Amino acid sequence: MTSTSEPTANGTALLRTDKLTRHFRIGNALSQQTLHAVDEVSLTIGEREIVALAGESGSGKSTIARLLAKIYKPTSGETYFQGKPLSGFRSRADRLRYSGLAPMVFQDPFASINPVFRVSHGVLRGLKLHRPELSRDERYAEARRVFEVVGLTPADEVLERFPHELSGGQRQRVGFAQALAMKPKLILADEPVSMLDVSIRIGLLNMMADLRDSQGVSILYITHDLASARYVADRLIVMYAGRVAESGPAEEVLGNPRHPYTQLLLSAAPDPRAPLGVGAETDRGEPPKVIDPAPGCRFRARCPLAIDKCHQVTPELSQIRPGHQAACHVAEEGAEVKAFG
Amino acid sequence: MSSVPAKQEPATGDTPPGPPGAMLDVRDLSVTYAADRGPVVAVDHVSFQVDPGEFLGIVGESGCGKSTLLFAIAQLLAPPAAITSGQVSFKGRSLVGLTDSQLAAVRWKDLSVVMQSAMNALNPVRHIRAQFADAMRAHGVRSKTEIADRSAEVLRMVGIDPVHLRSYPHQLSGGMRQRAMIAMAMLFTPDLVIMDEPTSALDVVAQRSLMVQIKELQQRLDFAVIFVTHDMSLISHFSDRLMVMYAGQVAEFGDTRELFDRPLHPYTAGLMDAFPSIRGPRRELTGIPGSPPNLATPPPGCRFEPRCPRAMERCAAVQPELYQVGGTDVRCLLHEDGAAHRDSTGEEKTA
Amino acid sequence: MAMMPVSGPTTAPPAGLPDQALPVPTAGRRSQALSRLVRAVRSNRKATVGTVLLVIFILLALFPGVIAHKSPTATIYPRSLGPSAQHLFGTTALGQDIFAQAVYGTQQVLVIAFGVGLLTTGIAVLIGVAAAYLGGAWDGVLNLITDVLLVIPLFPLLIVIATYVQNAGTAVLVVVLTLTGWSYTARQLRAQALSLRKREFLEAARVRGERRMYIVMVEIIPTMTSLIVASFLTNALYAVLFGSSLQFIGLGDPNSVSWGTMLYWAENNAALQTGQYLWAIVPGALIALLGAAFALLNYAFDEIGNPALRPVRRIRVKRAG
Repeated sequence: MTSTSEPTANGTALLRTDKLTRHFRIGNALSQQTLHAVDEVSLTIGEREIVALAGESGSGKSTIARLLAKIYKPTSGETYFQGKPLSGFRSRADRLRYSGLAPMVFQDPFASINPVFRVSHGVLRGLKLHRPELSRDERYAEARRVFEVVGLTPADEVLERFPHELSGGQRQRVGFAQALAMKPKLILADEPVSMLDVSIRIGLLNMMADLRDSQGVSILYITHDLASARYVADRLIVMYAGRVAESGPAEEVLGNPRHPYTQLLLSAAPDPRAPLGVGAETDRGEPPKVIDPAPGCRFRARCPLAIDKCHQVTPELSQIRPGHQAACHVAEEGAEVKAFG
Repeated sequence: MSSVPAKQEPATGDTPPGPPGAMLDVRDLSVTYAADRGPVVAVDHVSFQVDPGEFLGIVGESGCGKSTLLFAIAQLLAPPAAITSGQVSFKGRSLVGLTDSQLAAVRWKDLSVVMQSAMNALNPVRHIRAQFADAMRAHGVRSKTEIADRSAEVLRMVGIDPVHLRSYPHQLSGGMRQRAMIAMAMLFTPDLVIMDEPTSALDVVAQRSLMVQIKELQQRLDFAVIFVTHDMSLISHFSDRLMVMYAGQVAEFGDTRELFDRPLHPYTAGLMDAFPSIRGPRRELTGIPGSPPNLATPPPGCRFEPRCPRAMERCAAVQPELYQVGGTDVRCLLHEDGAAHRDSTGEEKTA
Repeated sequence: MAMMPVSGPTTAPPAGLPDQALPVPTAGRRSQALSRLVRAVRSNRKATVGTVLLVIFILLALFPGVIAHKSPTATIYPRSLGPSAQHLFGTTALGQDIFAQAVYGTQQVLVIAFGVGLLTTGIAVLIGVAAAYLGGAWDGVLNLITDVLLVIPLFPLLIVIATYVQNAGTAVLVVVLTLTGWSYTARQLRAQALSLRKREFLEAARVRGERRMYIVMVEIIPTMTSLIVASFLTNALYAVLFGSSLQFIGLGDPNSVSWGTMLYWAENNAALQTGQYLWAIVPGALIALLGAAFALLNYAFDEIGNPALRPVRRIRVKRAG
């Protein structure tokens, strides 16, 4: 990747990936194929910022979350957390410390909490593992504190409940509380609001912004919904078919999208306040499953601006404006990119 | 076009037809579940009509009763749920209380249904052609050529190459499978197609193109659509009229554009405000904090009152009826009898 | 469940207020769980009948002397008597009181049932769940052992082992039945644990930094309670039937007091052919009843645990006109 260091919102890179790649072997013994879930993704996340990682299903965004949480090992490439490579965290103590600094919040509020225990269980266990210096009373006090920070009040009462007694939105807040208890620097949030009712989402998004401001935590917000990404994120990374298509400050990318795919996503995102302007020819394609891909831009089949080079050379991220990058040959050449919408 | 519920006797068998022109007439429909702790009224006295060729959207969040309503209309309810009052008339004939064989004459020929995640309703071990053939044979079509021709025709209608008749479901993408289900619903060019969240499992781009396709088809073949969804911003571009449901009741019901430009019910307004804008100015939103009420023990007054930013004292004690304000029905005491009241800016508003 | 909003509803709720309307908490934890259980048992007919039967048998086993006043082993009574006031079920061809035998026999049968039930389930849980969660080589080895035992036909195996041991007393029977019985349950539990493995709360526990053994013991197993209880009941039933069968064909200790041995002696003395019906029927009926109790409880637990299996209620629709 072109080594233009992206100036992040606050200067220091908390997390940085360098050509992070993850492939999966699929097929049976007779025909082995490789699924390229994530290819050569280099991104940075700074302190105290919310970075949205947006893409449709199959774009690789969930795989990235799991790579960063060390659930998967990368096929190649490296991730640096506070300057240190993740592959170096081998001992149990190292891995434990990392999981406390970069915990994950899951998508499904109904499946991500153990239904058999009270909701205090996860928080207290997390505290026991990651902050062993605390006494039993201190742990409980801390559990109460984080529940209050995420808005689950009165904390004492809520802590005693079972998951099935809470609503979906409340359960997601419990997930964030669990993450907060470990005093993280970065929360990896994998589509945290997708399964919630619309009227509840805003409350959680506001809470996330508040966490960034009051607790100094960075958040990697993975989503397929550009509108919510715009609402809450400082920077936006758009992924397509396992590669980064475009990245930069959220307002900039959405106001001046340079990659045709970003433009397509924008044009397809419904906005009730926009006038009824539905075009007749709409793109019908769906993101490809990237199996043993040939070189070339993965969007070329759906892109109205594709040139010869797009079919032969895989585009790398190149700088459009300071901080704003796009992986598109046409955009790189400075041409006016107006593909959709 | 309005739907003020009159006190009617629920009846079975042939009913006097509704207002002329209405293809589907739902009156005072209620559905109750026999739950462990007592009966739960999931749909509470809902009434509306659908005219031929009309696109009606039903919007609401989880638990509002929209899917149950759909099942009730399509006569697909099974114990522990049952219709406990009201009437569903299709083309002047009551559907409630008909036997399966009587319903079979109507199903798929005049009224078809596309369920949520319909793409998972396809039999994974048979190819598409066989499943279309099954559907047609079940309704009396015997000729092989007719089956083949019609199958190819409906696939073309939804933008799928008929060569895919030979494919198995897993060979098609999610979007294509959903289109195939819609094609299956079109086999007999029904007059009314009921859809329950057909796009919610799809990505944003596929969603939009499918919606456009449905709208095109509808305008071309002139059938009516009842479209149930939780995605208000999506439906706003396609529906003629929109019904907002909350806690089993109709909260607001009227012309789509009217609803969006001037939402009368605080829930509708709150719902629209809960969608962050992708274009336009960026501002802080509040959504609608709280949860819908437990329908096993519904509150004595307005069901939205605990979450309502404009609730008055009476709202906790008095159950609002559906009031008519212009062409819109709204279940809110703020609009009682279309009386004049002041909104938050202090301006006086009249019906 | 009444809903109680936590903050004032008539003013605009401040931003960030949690989306909640919490139910009012009721009594303490233990009593809540217990009263829920009692309510579940009373509401489900199968559970009620099964529980009542099982309780009766347990009481019989605990206080046999209270019900049966005669000695079960003494051969002092007149032989082959029919039922009478002194001998409710009559006497055997050896002069023993059948009623007393039946009552005292409950002890051994229940010991075998509960013993085998607990042991098989315990082993099956450890092996099945560990295999599922640890995966890889562990899974392979454990699976191999399980499958080998599973494939060997059960009854011939039991006979071979019991013959080798000769005059198997209670303890031996328990061990033999356990060794042959755990593999089936282990497979079942492994399958369920595998399906649970994908659940996000387990991923969450891993990401939290929990050790694997902890996850298996504390996170997975408690969520499998209903299957584990069902396994216990199934294995108890299996123990009753197969244990009695082994005793019937003479592989048990013929001098012990048990329903199976009663059947053995009845068979040896051609009880049915010589008109001493009760001698054969009573133990047989008791085995069936105890087996039924376990089976009913098994169904009931399934229904209580999985609401989808419950008998569906119907709304009585009142239609006017």
